[in-house]
Amino acid sequence: MIFITVGTQLPFDRLISAIDNIFESNKQQVLAQIGPTQLIPKNIEYTDFIKPTDIEGIYKKATLIVAHAGMGSILTALKYQKPIVVMPRRAEFKEHRNDHQIATAEWVKGLNGVTVAKDEIELKSLLKNQNINEGVEKISPFADDTFIRYLKDEIDF
Amino acid sequence: MKKVLAVASGGGHWIQLLRLRPSFEHHKVQFITTNKEFQKDVQNKLTAVTDANKWEKLKLVKMFAEVLLVVIRFRPDVIITTGAAPGFAAIFWGKFLGCKTIWIDSIANAGELSESGKRAKKYADVWLTQWKHLETSNGPKFVGSVI
Repeated sequence: MIFITVGTQLPFDRLISAIDNIFESNKQQVLAQIGPTQLIPKNIEYTDFIKPTDIEGIYKKATLIVAHAGMGSILTALKYQKPIVVMPRRAEFKEHRNDHQIATAEWVKGLNGVTVAKDEIELKSLLKNQNINEGVEKISPFADDTFIRYLKDEIDF
Repeated sequence: MKKVLAVASGGGHWIQLLRLRPSFEHHKVQFITTNKEFQKDVQNKLTAVTDANKWEKLKLVKMFAEVLLVVIRFRPDVIITTGAAPGFAAIFWGKFLGCKTIWIDSIANAGELSESGKRAKKYADVWLTQWKHLETSNGPKFVGSVI
């Protein structure tokens, strides 16, 4: 199953429409969490929101995640060791308040298991050609020790 | 043992806060987030407040009031947050009430500090970015990142 997610806060119709087109004649099972939107996908299974208590099971079942370039989606995919393709939201299309997701995408490109599509066209070609970085390494459940220790010292004293 | 109030909006902010747990979980901890269902992730007391941003003034006022109530009731020694607006509200009130305040700007802000992160400077005793290149001599400081 391929899990598509736009996160919990904002719609991202450009991503959902693209996915709906890409999987038009493909029988692969796709589940999309589309957020608060008027858009009605025609070819894929979808839901507005997924309860936090259900999200773990979905990530575990998925073989690939396609998401906005939100750190929540990226960190969750890495936690469950699933390859993820991200497409950044853009402020010019009112998809977010600013362009920070473009900066996020630029940085996460370097992570194992993360593939970046800058727009719908690139997303389509990546998914079609299965040109996806699948070598996910499991990340530790917590931040690195030096960071934790610094915060612990600040909190303890 | 101290009282630590740990605050984060839903989504990425919350996941980043959870990754910092070993730094505070040996204290008495209370959480603030924007969805009560995140209780599944933690054993400690958790309060959900209204999700708001600077474009939703009424919701913002409500959220600030909800956060104030938690700060007054719990009386934390330390407030730690990964943002966004509810975290700002928490350190804003916390600073006035004598808490030690820690702001960790979200790792999603790789290009520049978040807007609430910039505003947090005045109220944060410890003001951190997760990006080396965003560190300056007047702050924010960089000591590491959640990943």
